[in-house]
Amino acid sequence: MATPAAGRSGGTIAIGDWRERHQSTFTETRHNVRVFFRDRLAVIGLVWIVLMVVVAVAAPWIAPYPDQGRGASDLQSRFEAPSASHPFGTDNQGRDVLSRVIFGARIPLVISSVVAAAVLLIGPLLGGLAGYYGGWADEVIMRITDIFLAFPALVLAMAMVAILGPNLRNLALAIVVTWWPWYTRLVRGMAVSLRERPYVEAAKVMGVRDERIVLRHILPNAFGPVVVQITLDIGTVILEVAGLSFLGLGAKPPTPEWGLMVSEGVEYVLEQWWISVFPGLAIFLLVLAFNLVGDGLRDVLDPRMKR
Amino acid sequence: MPDLLEIKDLTLQFNSLRGTVKALDGVNLTVREREIIGLVGESGCGKTITGLSVLGLLPRPQTEVTGGQILFRGDDLLALGDRAVEDIRGRLVAMVFQDPLASLNPVFTIGNQISRVVRVNKGLSHAEAREATRQALASAGLRPDDELLDSYPHQLSGGMRQRACMAMALSCDAPLLIADEPTTALDVTIQAQMLRLLLDLRDDLGIAQVLITHNVGVAAQTCDRVAVMYAGTVVEQGLTAEVLKHPHHPYTMALYDCLPQGKKASELHTIPGSVPDLIDPPDGCRFHPRCVHAMEVCETVKPEPTRLTEEHWVACHWAEQQPGAGEGVPA
Amino acid sequence: MTSLLSVQDLSVHFAVKRGLSRKSADVVHAADHVSFEIEHGQTFALVGESGSGKTTVARAVLGLNTPTSGTIAFEGRDLTALKRGARRDALRDVQVVFQDPYSSLSPRMTVHDVVAEPLRAHSRLDGRELNARIVALLEMVGLGTQHLWRRPHEFSGGQCQRIAVARALALEPKLVILDEPTSALDVSVQARMLVLLEELQERLELAYLFIAHDLAVVESVADQVAVMYLGQIVETGAAEAVLHAPRHPYTHALIASVPSPDPERRSELGVITGEVPSAIRPPSGCRFHPRCPFRMEICDRVEPEPHDAGGGRLVACHLPDDVDLDAPPEPPAAVTEEDA
Repeated sequence: MATPAAGRSGGTIAIGDWRERHQSTFTETRHNVRVFFRDRLAVIGLVWIVLMVVVAVAAPWIAPYPDQGRGASDLQSRFEAPSASHPFGTDNQGRDVLSRVIFGARIPLVISSVVAAAVLLIGPLLGGLAGYYGGWADEVIMRITDIFLAFPALVLAMAMVAILGPNLRNLALAIVVTWWPWYTRLVRGMAVSLRERPYVEAAKVMGVRDERIVLRHILPNAFGPVVVQITLDIGTVILEVAGLSFLGLGAKPPTPEWGLMVSEGVEYVLEQWWISVFPGLAIFLLVLAFNLVGDGLRDVLDPRMKR
Repeated sequence: MPDLLEIKDLTLQFNSLRGTVKALDGVNLTVREREIIGLVGESGCGKTITGLSVLGLLPRPQTEVTGGQILFRGDDLLALGDRAVEDIRGRLVAMVFQDPLASLNPVFTIGNQISRVVRVNKGLSHAEAREATRQALASAGLRPDDELLDSYPHQLSGGMRQRACMAMALSCDAPLLIADEPTTALDVTIQAQMLRLLLDLRDDLGIAQVLITHNVGVAAQTCDRVAVMYAGTVVEQGLTAEVLKHPHHPYTMALYDCLPQGKKASELHTIPGSVPDLIDPPDGCRFHPRCVHAMEVCETVKPEPTRLTEEHWVACHWAEQQPGAGEGVPA
Repeated sequence: MTSLLSVQDLSVHFAVKRGLSRKSADVVHAADHVSFEIEHGQTFALVGESGSGKTTVARAVLGLNTPTSGTIAFEGRDLTALKRGARRDALRDVQVVFQDPYSSLSPRMTVHDVVAEPLRAHSRLDGRELNARIVALLEMVGLGTQHLWRRPHEFSGGQCQRIAVARALALEPKLVILDEPTSALDVSVQARMLVLLEELQERLELAYLFIAHDLAVVESVADQVAVMYLGQIVETGAAEAVLHAPRHPYTHALIASVPSPDPERRSELGVITGEVPSAIRPPSGCRFHPRCPFRMEICDRVEPEPHDAGGGRLVACHLPDDVDLDAPPEPPAAVTEEDA
C-alpha cells in the first residue's frame, strides 16, 4: 500500500506495488473479458482455437500414429474408411488421416503467428509515422503502400513464391509482404485524426518529442481496430497458406499441411472422401473460430451501452 | 387552467453493465397550458431522462419505468401502446435537442425533412406540406425562401440549424414543446435570439414549453415556473422569482451560491462532495451527504414534496421546519 | 520591467483549398492585428463568441499554428523568430489547459504517466524523485495517491480537469493558457475549479491567459479583458470596467445578451440580430458594422483603429467616447435571419 514520504533523509515514496500500479489495467481487462464472454459464439471460437493450440503442442503424444503424422507411409493400409482404429480413415499412402490432421495443426498456427507479428511490427509503425508527420513522409509511405495494395494479394504472393521457391518459409514471407500495407493504411487514417486530439496537442506544448508522441499517444490509441483487424485477417492468412499449398506453392509433401492434404485427396474425393474432407473441415473450423473471436473482440473494443 | 402535462411520482431505472441505475426517484412536475417551465439541474440529475420519457424515447429494454404516471391532458402516456405514443410524438408533444447537427439528417434538405414530418403527422399533400413548412420556418424566425428549403443542414450556421429544428418541432402545431438544452451549443448572442424566440412562441402561438437546462440564467429569463432537480428527483418547484430569489431547498441555495455572477473567484461557494452514483444512491434524501443542514431523519426518510405557498413546493425535511429563509439572488 | 507576454500586431490567416485546384484558395482571417500584453501574475481574459479568433490567438502563443505576421514575445524574446528547438525550450514556461477534460488526457495513460510526461520530456527526474514530484502536484490540485494509477475515464469531468491542471503546473510555468477550462463543467464543479485556479495563482505567482465566452466567469477571475469579434480585438481594459461600462457596441450587446440568473433583472434578449459573418470575406471597414445599432456612414468604409479611451481602455470604434450605449438611435431590427 502507499505510504507517504517521510522527508528527505532516507524517506521514500512507495506509491504502490506492481499490482496497484496496474489496477486500472486489471479492472479494464476483467471488464473486457466479461463483455467478451457474453458473446457465446466468440467463446466457442476461442475454445476451439485453444483446443487447436493444445492439439498442436501435444501432437506427438496424442496422435495415434505419430510417425505417420509426420509423413511415414504404410502402404498396407491404403484407403481405409473411417473406423475405430482410424477415426478419420487413411489416405492414399496408408497414413492415418487423424494423426496428420493433428500434426497439421501446427502449421497454420505457427505461420499465422509469425506473419501477424511481422505485420504488426511493420505496418502500424509506418502508418503511425505517415499519419502523424504528414508531408512528404506521408506521401512516400502511402504511395509505396498503394503500390503494394494495387496487386491482388494472392497473385502477388504466388508470384513471390514462384520466384523464391515454393516452401513454407517463402510463403510466410510472401504473405507478410502482401499484408503489411493494409495495416499501414488503417493506422495512418487513425493517426491523422488522432493527431488533432487535444491530448496530442497538449503533449506538443509540453515539449514531448515527436517520436515519443507517436509511440505513446498515437499508436496505443489506434490499438483497438488493429487488434480486431488482425484477428479477422488471421483466418484469411490461414486460408491463403492452405490455398497456396493446395496449389503446390507452399508446403511440400510429405508435410501434413491441411491444404496440401486436401489437394492430395482431390482425385479420390468421390470414393475415399475422407482424405480431403477432414483436413478441409479442419481449415474451415479454424478460420471460422478466428472470425468469431474477431467479432467478439470488436464488441469489446467498440463499446456500446449493453444490457 | 387545466394541466397540460402532469408527471406524477415517475420512478425509472435502467440496466447498465455495472448495475441498475436508479435514474429517477419519484419525479413530480406539472406543465400548464401556455407556460414555460424550466427543468434545471446539473449533469446526471435526470432532467434529460425525464424529458425523453414523456415521448417514450428511452432505450428499451434497458429502461424500466417502475412507478408513476405521465398524464397528458389526463391520459397516461405510459399506459399507451407504441402506436398511440408514435401518434402523439410531433402532433401533440414535440421535442428539440441540444445538438442541431445531430438532429438533422445530413443527406436531406431542410424543406424535405420538415415536409416529411408534416406529411406523416397530418397527412397533407406535398404542396400543402411545403406551404406548412414555410409557415413553420417563418414562426422559427427564418426567411422561408426556396434557397432555405433547398439547403442542407451543413450549409447553415449553428443558430439557423437550431431554428430549423424548432421549425420542425412547430410544424405540426403541437401544444407542448420539450426543449432539451436548446441553446447550450450556441453563442451567447445567438442564444439570446433563441430565448427571445421561445418567449414569442409562448406569447404569440400559445405553445407550452418544458425548457431543460443547466444554466440558471437561461431559466431565470425565460421561464414562468422552474423546477430544480437533483439526483433523479425534483427538489424544489415554483414560480421562477420565488424559487430563485427565495429558495428553500439547500441544494437550490447552494447552487445559487456557486454562480460566478458578481462574485470574485475567492468568494465563490462550493458544494462539498460530489454527485452520487445512482447505482447505489444514498438512503433517505439523496442530497443529504452534501447538505449543510442535514438532520438525522434525512439519512433514512425520503422527503415528500410539501407546499410552501400556492405555487411553491419543496422536498426537504429541514425546509419544512424553517419559517422561510433563503438568501437567493445577490444584490 | 518587460511584460511577461507581449503580442504585437498578430495576424493568423489560413488558406482553405477549394476543390482540386491548389491555386484558388480562400483565406480565413482567423486573427488580424491582435495586440495585448500580460503582466506577471495577472489574469488576462480573451472573450468572444465562435469565430472571434480567441482560440486562434491562444494556439499561436502555444506554437500550435503559424502566425502570418506580427510578434509574440515571451519575457522579451520573440517566439516567432525562434527555431523549433529553441522555441520548445522557451515554451517550457507556458503551459495549457484545454476545454474538454476527457480528450485532453490520453485515454490509455494512467494519471501518473499523464503528469509525468512533461517531467520526463524536460528533466532528468526519475524513480522516487519523479514520483514525489507527481504526488506533490496532485496534492496541490486536491487529488491524492489513490488516484495515481487510474485512467481518465474513471474520473469525473472536474477531476480530469484538475489532473490537466496538475500536468500544466509540472514544469513550474509562469504563464498558463486556459482555453475555456470550465465550459464543460457543471456549475458547482466550475466553482471549485475557479477557486482552485485562484489559489494556485496566488501560491505559485502564475499569470493566466483565460479564454472564455462566459462573461460572469470572466468577471470573477480576470484582471484585464480583451473582447474579440471576427478576428480582431474591439475593446481592451480592466475587467470590471469593461464589463460594467463597455464602450464598444459589441461588448455592450454581448453583456446585454447574457441571461442573468436574477429573474428580476431583465436581460435584453435579442438585442443583437443576425449571425457572425464568415471570416473568409469579412465585412468592409469595421467588421461589426452590419449588426451594429450605432453604425454610421464611416463605419463601412474605414476600419477603426484602437484608440485610448482613458483609464487604460482601448476601443476600436468610430463612435465618440461619451455615447450612451443603452440608447441605440433606432430600434433593433426584428429578430430574423439576416444576410451578413
